[in-house]
Amino acid sequence: MMAGSERRRLSGRGLPLPGNDIDTDRITPARFLKSVTFDGLGDAVFVDERAASAERGETHPFDDARFQGAEVLVVGKNFGCGSSREHAPQALLRAGVRAIVGESFAEIFAGNCTALGIPTVRASATAIEQLQRQIGEEPTTLLEVDLDEMVVRAGRDADGSLVADAQLEVTMPDGQRRALMSGAWDSTGVLLANREAVAEVARRLPYVEGDQ
Amino acid sequence: MAAANLFDKVWDAHTVAELATGETQLFIGLHLIHEVTSPQAFQMLAERDLPVAYPALTVATVDHIVPTDSRQRPLADEMAEQMLAELERNTAAHGIRFHGLDSDYQGIVHVIGPELGLTQPGMTIACGDSHTSTHGAFGTIAFGIGTSQVRDVLATQTLAATKPKVRRITVSGPLGRGVYAKDIILSIIATLGVKGGIGYAYEYAGDTIAALDMEGRMSICNMSIEGGARVGYVNPDQTTVDYLQGRPHAPTGAAWDEAAERWLGYASDSDASFDDEVALSAADIEPVVTWGINPGQSLAVGDRLPRLRGVAEEERDTASAAYRHMRLQENDPIAGTAIDVAFIGSCTNSRIGDLREAARVARGNRVARGVRALVVPGSKEVTAQAQDEGLDAVFRDAGFEWREPGCSMCLAMNPDKLEGAQVSASSSNRNFIGRQGSPTGRTLLMSPAMVAAAAINGAVADVRDMLPAEAG
Ligand code: SF4
Repeated sequence: MMAGSERRRLSGRGLPLPGNDIDTDRITPARFLKSVTFDGLGDAVFVDERAASAERGETHPFDDARFQGAEVLVVGKNFGCGSSREHAPQALLRAGVRAIVGESFAEIFAGNCTALGIPTVRASATAIEQLQRQIGEEPTTLLEVDLDEMVVRAGRDADGSLVADAQLEVTMPDGQRRALMSGAWDSTGVLLANREAVAEVARRLPYVEGDQ
Repeated sequence: MAAANLFDKVWDAHTVAELATGETQLFIGLHLIHEVTSPQAFQMLAERDLPVAYPALTVATVDHIVPTDSRQRPLADEMAEQMLAELERNTAAHGIRFHGLDSDYQGIVHVIGPELGLTQPGMTIACGDSHTSTHGAFGTIAFGIGTSQVRDVLATQTLAATKPKVRRITVSGPLGRGVYAKDIILSIIATLGVKGGIGYAYEYAGDTIAALDMEGRMSICNMSIEGGARVGYVNPDQTTVDYLQGRPHAPTGAAWDEAAERWLGYASDSDASFDDEVALSAADIEPVVTWGINPGQSLAVGDRLPRLRGVAEEERDTASAAYRHMRLQENDPIAGTAIDVAFIGSCTNSRIGDLREAARVARGNRVARGVRALVVPGSKEVTAQAQDEGLDAVFRDAGFEWREPGCSMCLAMNPDKLEGAQVSASSSNRNFIGRQGSPTGRTLLMSPAMVAAAAINGAVADVRDMLPAEAG
């Protein structure tokens, strides 16, 4: 397992992304799935919507200069519904997203995020709305996602440490939380450790034949 | 032994260990891979210098990126060619079976697994594709996984999974004429919502489901994920056993009898309990059409589009977004909505029974002027069977294009795509914005017979008005 892979506390500036039911095809349009590596996917994030916004003379949050370098995405309900493919979280990761705070997440998407070490934490609709407003008004707001205490703090950056002026309670499935905090989100190593027990199950299963 | 449902029986049989995270390390009996989600996983294995642990338990095919007209190598699209070549290289390097373009069994991964008899009751099946739930039709625990999990299955033949709850959905009574498995699952999704299944595995039960053939059951399990459930399954019965007999990977001789008996034993016990129960009456199910941008936004073909103020408050934003994208008007009838493209295909509805039903509608008719209509069989097997029955000629004579197997217009990874704001009547599973290849394209999901009816009328039409009179 990778050293230093524990995810207990992540902080960064916020990126408010309003709207519910944002599906994976909107995050990374299907044509970008056609690749044999994840390299370069960062540029594909919301690319169609960004173009459409620009055409309407609007600025998509991902193109908004005020949010450049933001690392904590703040989203609505059922974010990431749609495909099980990991391209959407991979693209978000490569676009600099380190944590996502939202009202709710599609299950597979949240699992895929966990597997990349990106926490997806849930907060109430009102809390999300308020947070999005706060970031919109003050884009330098620093957010801290604290999985130890299951809170997100928002405040200002005083020489690298956070002076919080708001704090919201958040939740996430316990398995994901523990995986992130212990570093076990990087699962291959954990699973490989049980090699013998795996072989035992394979021998027991009537449909798995012979020596593998 | 205490009464158990199928999910518990299969889950327990495949449990390797409980992990510190509270997740279960689950053994995966069949791992299916394709060109889109596997290359990065192989890359990750290589980076860690890990071998594939159980290569015999992984089977590969190519489906998403294949052109459905010319299959000349190298493929015209360089990226597609690169993905195919990468899969060929990876499967060869690791000794994994691969049904490539020249195999008699190439096709959509969820069509060929069952067809080859690889999918068998009581298995755990994983694939880097959310429609893996299709295989649940055989009484398996089958679910889609992300690329990191593909890596884990390759490296260890296991993955870390959280056990979901199980909801039994019982559908009872005979289906009306012109009503298909697709209409059942679209109705279930409309009833329970696109998020209703989150955290659940769905058991589809009741006499309506029991009366379906395996293809119908696959269509239903296929779209479990559109209802939010990663897993959907049907208990194995004689229909399941009969389907598998004689398939290339089905056991033979004494092993067959033993397997058939074992398979039936995986079915949920009659007194098994469930975390939740829902019942639907088949008599209430009519041919369904989606009108919006998620598969839960649907209505019966004879109905009018919902008024926004009548839509539940938490659904209203999505409904307004759907109206904006679809350019439809509240309270208009859905029947009569003009279409530009008709697509019969995808892992939901590209099997022989789907083509037979669509052909019944198409026979002797003509595709409406200006409509582009495609029939894309799910596999080489389906293609061969359809051609034996002369269905290709029926479709061609009616003005449909008859294509080579692949995912085609289900999603925009191959040359079959919508253009501009075209409206597509589609037998696939997703009507998400951009799904069929054009950011402004519009998708109406429906059964394959309904797609054929729409193709001929040039607009959404009630298939019941078009089926030959003797239809049951
Ligand atoms: S047919 Fe569509 S849903 Fe099925 S595997 Fe292919 S792209 Fe996915």
